Amino acid sequence: MNAIRPFDIEAIRADFPILGEKIRGKDLVFLDSGASAQKPRVVMEAMLHAMQHQYANVHRGLHWMSERTTEAYEAARDAAARLMNAADRREIVITHSSTEAFNLVAHSFGRGVLKPGQAVVISQMEHHANLVPWQMLRDAHGIELRVAPITDAGELDMAGLEALLTDGKVGLVSITHMSNVLGTYTQAERIVQLAHAYGAKVMLDGSQAIVHRRVDVQALDVDFYAWTGHKLYGPTGIGILYAKRELLEAMPPFMGGGDMISSVSFERSRWAEVPHKFEAGTPAILEGIGLRAAIEYVEAIGFDAIGAHEASLTEHALSRLSAIEGLTVIGRAQDRGGVISFTLAGAHAHDVATLLDRQGIAVRAGHHCAEPLMRRLGLDSTARATFGLYTTHAEIDALADTLDRIRGFFA
Amino acid sequence: MFEDLRDLYQDVILDRGRTPRHGQRLAVFDADAKGDNPMCGDRVHVFARHTDGRIAELGFAARGCAVSIASADLLAEAVIGLTDAEALAMGEAFGAMAKQGGSDDPSLAALQPLSGVAAYPSRIKCATLPWAALRAALTKAPGMEEGVASSE
Repeated sequence: MNAIRPFDIEAIRADFPILGEKIRGKDLVFLDSGASAQKPRVVMEAMLHAMQHQYANVHRGLHWMSERTTEAYEAARDAAARLMNAADRREIVITHSSTEAFNLVAHSFGRGVLKPGQAVVISQMEHHANLVPWQMLRDAHGIELRVAPITDAGELDMAGLEALLTDGKVGLVSITHMSNVLGTYTQAERIVQLAHAYGAKVMLDGSQAIVHRRVDVQALDVDFYAWTGHKLYGPTGIGILYAKRELLEAMPPFMGGGDMISSVSFERSRWAEVPHKFEAGTPAILEGIGLRAAIEYVEAIGFDAIGAHEASLTEHALSRLSAIEGLTVIGRAQDRGGVISFTLAGAHAHDVATLLDRQGIAVRAGHHCAEPLMRRLGLDSTARATFGLYTTHAEIDALADTLDRIRGFFA
Repeated sequence: MFEDLRDLYQDVILDRGRTPRHGQRLAVFDADAKGDNPMCGDRVHVFARHTDGRIAELGFAARGCAVSIASADLLAEAVIGLTDAEALAMGEAFGAMAKQGGSDDPSLAALQPLSGVAAYPSRIKCATLPWAALRAALTKAPGMEEGVASSE
């Protein structure tokens, strides 16, 4: 790991070549990192280096290239374990996305460990990735799906959650660690304590949170924690599932194929040890190598510095945006981060996004893969600005100034 | 600062998007269907009333962006007096215009302000959604419930 470096925003921006791009002659203002973040040069170089100098399939070759590539790829597992403070690298399952991680748990834990008649609890502010797999489990396996309410402020209603747990039927609580729409951090430690008190395991959707805060799965005592590489400045096509080892041991495999077996005959197959039991087929080798570089990049900057920068950005953005007439920030959680959804009176989110885009400002508009949350909020769509470690205060000023003019355009 | 957006947001689009003339459901209608672009949240419900085999009246209820509302409003005026077959053909021609950015078809003259969407690939579906809903309304058998139309 590199030494911790001082937080120098200009130096950080120089690490991300794409930030120098012009959009129709205007500087790119990229405020859509919550959908997918840009990549630092070290990630590109790591992947390019592998392709140019050190690449073969992993876990099977007896030759130099395969052995070296296996080491480079498996280093991603160590980096992910260190990032999350997992006790054991075997608790890190490398998937192709966080969506795959949810499907893996819904299949292997949902069908293999939970019994029909038990229940899974999600919340009203989940991404579709933490909703649809549970609906499929419900329909295929007789597992009840319960939905914990959120408050009007956009926080998880802890009393409402507890009310869903009291009958003791809940086997798993699966809730976001940070809302991709409202920016709300949920009280992960309290959720875990509460669920465990009623005998339920806990899965956290960490795709947003892992980018912004230090996550310690041992301190949280969480059972499953899933996140995706491409929001953490890494490549697409790779995700991480942390799961406690005894759970992985108890769970049957998800997908079958090569790499996940120890021996195969036409009569039967024996599964590989965890975590490989859950990693069928050739993995995302180059993406793993890129993800390790991304993790090391973020660790070198450090979450204290990243957190301080992003808290300052969020405070600045909330102050600038809420001063715009007709603009409503959606959600007002006490503990929130740099994911800000808003509506502008008289202008639909898509029109807002198109006008912002004309000034080089990239935001997302729509339901953000959280349609039930939108209905809960009584909205069809919002515009959403999300920040990364390379976001600047000047970019937030550009957003606010342009939104003020957009208001005039549609008035 | 948005002058270069006038190709998309012409005055008629802004005006119709803000205050559509036909943005209400009809009290009496004989055909209707919903259109929904779930990815962006645009929704429209189109109502038509026929007399003597021609569309006599058209109204809609919609929630969506300026482009989708304006498109529904201009659609309502464009199809009055047409047979269903003529309206469906106009919808086809409109869809082609929205993709290509223009048309010399004189029957589309009133719809030309929407041709600017061609330069904004992610917005073409906003303009074509009301037409998808109209097609669903005119082609479904009476009394039959059908799926919600989409232009995504």
